[in-house]
Amino acid sequence: MTKHISPYAIEINNVSFSYGQRNVLQDIHLKIPQGSFLGLVGPNGSGKSTLIKCILGLNTPNKGEIKLFGETVEKFHHWSEIGFVSQKANSFNSGFPATVYEVVSMGLYGKVGLFRFLNKKHKLKVFDAINKVGMGDYIHQNIGELSGGQQQRVFIARALVSDPKLLILDEPTVGVDAKSVKNFYLMLKKLNVENGMTLILVTHDIGAMTEYITDVACLNKCLHFHGGTNEFVENQEEMISSMYGHDVQILTHNHDHDHDHVHDHDDYDHELGRSSS
Amino acid sequence: MIQVFFQYQFLTYTLYTGLMIGLIAPIIGVFLVVRRLSLISDALSHITLSGIAFSLLLGRHYIFFSTLNPIYMGMIFSVGGALFIEKLRNVYRYYKELAIPIILSAGIGIGVVFISLANGFNNDLFQYLFGSVVAIRQSDFELIRFITVIVIILFILFYKEWFYLSFDEDQAVVSGIPKKTLHVLFIVVVALVIAASMRIVGILLVSSLMTLPVAAAMRWAKGFKQMFFYSIVFAEVSVLLGLISAFHLELAPGGTIVMISVLILLVSILLTKKRTT
Repeated sequence: MTKHISPYAIEINNVSFSYGQRNVLQDIHLKIPQGSFLGLVGPNGSGKSTLIKCILGLNTPNKGEIKLFGETVEKFHHWSEIGFVSQKANSFNSGFPATVYEVVSMGLYGKVGLFRFLNKKHKLKVFDAINKVGMGDYIHQNIGELSGGQQQRVFIARALVSDPKLLILDEPTVGVDAKSVKNFYLMLKKLNVENGMTLILVTHDIGAMTEYITDVACLNKCLHFHGGTNEFVENQEEMISSMYGHDVQILTHNHDHDHDHVHDHDDYDHELGRSSS
Repeated sequence: MIQVFFQYQFLTYTLYTGLMIGLIAPIIGVFLVVRRLSLISDALSHITLSGIAFSLLLGRHYIFFSTLNPIYMGMIFSVGGALFIEKLRNVYRYYKELAIPIILSAGIGIGVVFISLANGFNNDLFQYLFGSVVAIRQSDFELIRFITVIVIILFILFYKEWFYLSFDEDQAVVSGIPKKTLHVLFIVVVALVIAASMRIVGILLVSSLMTLPVAAAMRWAKGFKQMFFYSIVFAEVSVLLGLISAFHLELAPGGTIVMISVLILLVSILLTKKRTT
């Protein structure tokens, strides 16, 4: 389709962003190689979603430059190669009268383009994507009648239907039960390993997913860490205290994953711990 | 009962005009309702009133305007008002709904001033306020036929983009859909449909044909496509029964059409008690 000469899916050079007077992102440098599975972690209000919006061209940085597959965001045209599942997917207008089939079809609208209609091949792709996330039985149900976890799977199917090279997920597991979360991560891992898809998962719950991701980036206004998952796990304490800027205790719980849990006075407990479980 | 509409040329125009409006008003109404913009139709109908009053006023002083169908001026005001609403929605970014009462009161205010300058109410104006079975001229019919064709073509061409933008604006933008252009186009279409419908149901009740059938359809529809099907059926039934009873009982058709729409809505709510939308 397109020539991607750059080895990087995303290159962020010296990017700063502010809402009015408030600095949200400062001098971010981050290069994400194609084929990696990155966990982007940081406390609430650390600028994770803002950074994602900059990558997607929804926000324009005050300073710096972002490249997608070697092209600046302004010049980038292959948006159908980028799948995005937003945090808002959990709080969309759930009374919206649209079936699962209709919602997943939307994922092809950008690719099909203006003045063109979906053909048989497209329709088969929609069915495929719905089956891939295990929602085949619900194809003609209104999206509002599904549970939070099911809705999230529908939104993943919508992101996958256009065969993206890069999939960005912003807090996709909020409001999804623990068992579905695990299957969900396994599905992402499979996409990463088997299809070579580059994945970025924004989360404040890094503990639950260190066994699936290949890289970690820690963000709190500035980028505090970027490296392999092993390196992160070894230096987790340091990372987290530098990111939060004051003393935090790390407690180890013996959950099924046996990962470190972070405890703070109380505010950050919710943000780093397994808040949903 | 309906035969009489085919016996007289002017009644035939009324019938066909009504049926065309029963088609395009709910089509546009579905998008307005799911985007939570249904009040825009009220604001635009009032600004249409100022345009009509302005045209009637000019008609007293200039020969050219006394022969010109006031609906043209109404349409110009309506489209202008629509574009101004868009402007205001950007000015008051955090209070977007403020644009609607601003345009609504400005519309009535300007309209009332023009009406008093033209020496008060007359029969013409009364017909514009509440609709009329007997006032439809050939020029109205031809103009509304033209608008209907335009609306249907745009609807078919941009169905998928408008659907996506209504469901999830951010995602639609990320997938490369030109939001601004399509939104302005949509709002201009809304303005045209309002100016067209005003002839039959009257300015004060224009919004009813865009919202009541859609509200009823929401109780029945599985999916977005079905929304259009049900809304159009309900609107056409209301228009048809409304026009016939208005003619035989010598009532203003706006009122009878609305009463039948309300009846359909109530029955729909009663028959679909279990659903929550």
